[in-house]
Amino acid sequence: MKRKPFQNIKSRIISFLLYLVLTSISAFMVLPFVWMLSTSFKLPPDIFGFPPQIIPRNFTWDNYLFVFQERNLIRILFNTFTISSLFTLLSLFFTSMGGYGFAKFEFPMKKILFSLLLATMIIPGAVMMVPTFVIMRELGWVDTFLPLIVPGAANAFGIFFFRQYTSTINDELMDAARVDGASEFRIFIRIIMPIISPGMISLGLIFFMASWNNYLGPLIYLKSPSNWTITLAINALIGGAGLTYWGPQMAMSVISLIPLLIIFLVFQKRFAEGITAGAVKG
Amino acid sequence: MNIKKLTKSNLNKPSSSSAWKQIKKSRWAYVFISPFYILFAIFGLYPMLLSLYLSFTRWKGVGEMAFAGLVNFALIPQDRVFWQSMMNGVILFMLYVPIMLFLALALAVILNSGKIKGFRVFRTIIFLPFITNMVAAGFSFRILLEKQNGLMNMLLRIFGLPTIPWLENIWWARVSLSLLIIWAWLGYNMVIMLAGLQTIPRDLSEAALVDGATPIQAFFRVTVPLMRPVILFCLITSTIGSFGLFPEVMTLTMGGPVNATITPLIRIYGVAFGSYQFGYASALAYTFFAMIFLLTVIQFRLNREQV
Repeated sequence: MKRKPFQNIKSRIISFLLYLVLTSISAFMVLPFVWMLSTSFKLPPDIFGFPPQIIPRNFTWDNYLFVFQERNLIRILFNTFTISSLFTLLSLFFTSMGGYGFAKFEFPMKKILFSLLLATMIIPGAVMMVPTFVIMRELGWVDTFLPLIVPGAANAFGIFFFRQYTSTINDELMDAARVDGASEFRIFIRIIMPIISPGMISLGLIFFMASWNNYLGPLIYLKSPSNWTITLAINALIGGAGLTYWGPQMAMSVISLIPLLIIFLVFQKRFAEGITAGAVKG
Repeated sequence: MNIKKLTKSNLNKPSSSSAWKQIKKSRWAYVFISPFYILFAIFGLYPMLLSLYLSFTRWKGVGEMAFAGLVNFALIPQDRVFWQSMMNGVILFMLYVPIMLFLALALAVILNSGKIKGFRVFRTIIFLPFITNMVAAGFSFRILLEKQNGLMNMLLRIFGLPTIPWLENIWWARVSLSLLIIWAWLGYNMVIMLAGLQTIPRDLSEAALVDGATPIQAFFRVTVPLMRPVILFCLITSTIGSFGLFPEVMTLTMGGPVNATITPLIRIYGVAFGSYQFGYASALAYTFFAMIFLLTVIQFRLNREQV
């Protein structure tokens, strides 16, 4: 009883310090976004003008007009969206099938095949960069979207995720369908897929995000500007020494964030599930 | 009849054919898992073997491939830029990984305590950079850190402090890069640690507190050991990450000043697609892979010994 006032003050100080830490870290996280947004509405002289302006004194839409009119942003967004969606759909199909195969079937060499699958996860992309480019050139896939969609579509990470996810499904569901004469593929499409659809959303969000934000892949494979994705287009606005189009670059950056921001805020819980699944359960 | 059939089949079927039967019986399982192995064979295994072959050749990407024996590998010890890039990976690792993982775990513990109002808001804000593409992030950091009139240096000047050559000095450039990486990855690591914390029983650290441990003691003596597997996961992904940085460096520092922030991945990319030395790039890539592999194994070992 005697110690209570002291404890009270102490816990208040602690809680004040905790909020101080959280708030300053949050400020550090938000600052680049604020400055990006602010710069995208500034005229060139104001971007590095003194004193700094958070709300631009000469507010302008010019930067946004420039990227849509001069840099064909509609086309670039269309490209990025096409690649990301096709990659996501194909990956979800292949990885859920693979995960289901490993979770619900017993077959010869299962252990060896699964170890091989896990082993491929530690191969860094750098080792594959040159030879994959050579192969893509042989296939005539350079400057098409295919190198960014096909090779990664059946990735080990996704199969691992869906193996965990499908292992909890009750076998009786499948057995009942088998008795009714349904084919294995039909069982997968009609019974398994609907059950794992929440997991598909979780992992699909991660696939979509990774593809949308990819830079190295498009840099290697997409040559003509009409095929560029958003990250290449942002990068292209740097025009040699001191000539960077900072305003348009930030306008394009803001636009590049909007789709993912909307998806993330709507599906926040699913998003976290997709990210933590491999780390914590595995 | 039944018995006869059974014996007959037992006698007539050698074991290889029964294995074949097993395989045939589970053909659907193979169909389901086949896309991975088909794609891996074409876009994984074949490139790796091709790369191994290329590392013993001189090849400009077009024209004749000249077999060169170990010439490429003999060049590697003298490749200063490559060793500098490996060194940079180590330096960057030491600059940002301990701070980032400590902050991530501390934030996760604070947010997990259940005493924070606005828990969701803080978690969302700290995670937000993770969904940002690193090209946009790198360039906005560059605007913030600009030498003359970037916001950071303007603020320093307003408070009468000397300005900082954020991107022009070797060590400051590494610090700036570390700031960008911490900004981008802190939320990711925090979310993973949060999920890890939810799997360990809360009463353990509470029991420690009841027994008279300070919160800081409880954190280091109870929470950290229990979180070891999750921390190891974050540590390994960060190790691989710090050697494979690409867009962050290309947009913020472009590898400079004087190669102080160049990473192995950028070096290999430059050799391959800048000067089209496909053979040498392959040799570098394999050396890099071997070293990363060794590093990961060592981290696993060290962790196992300490348990």
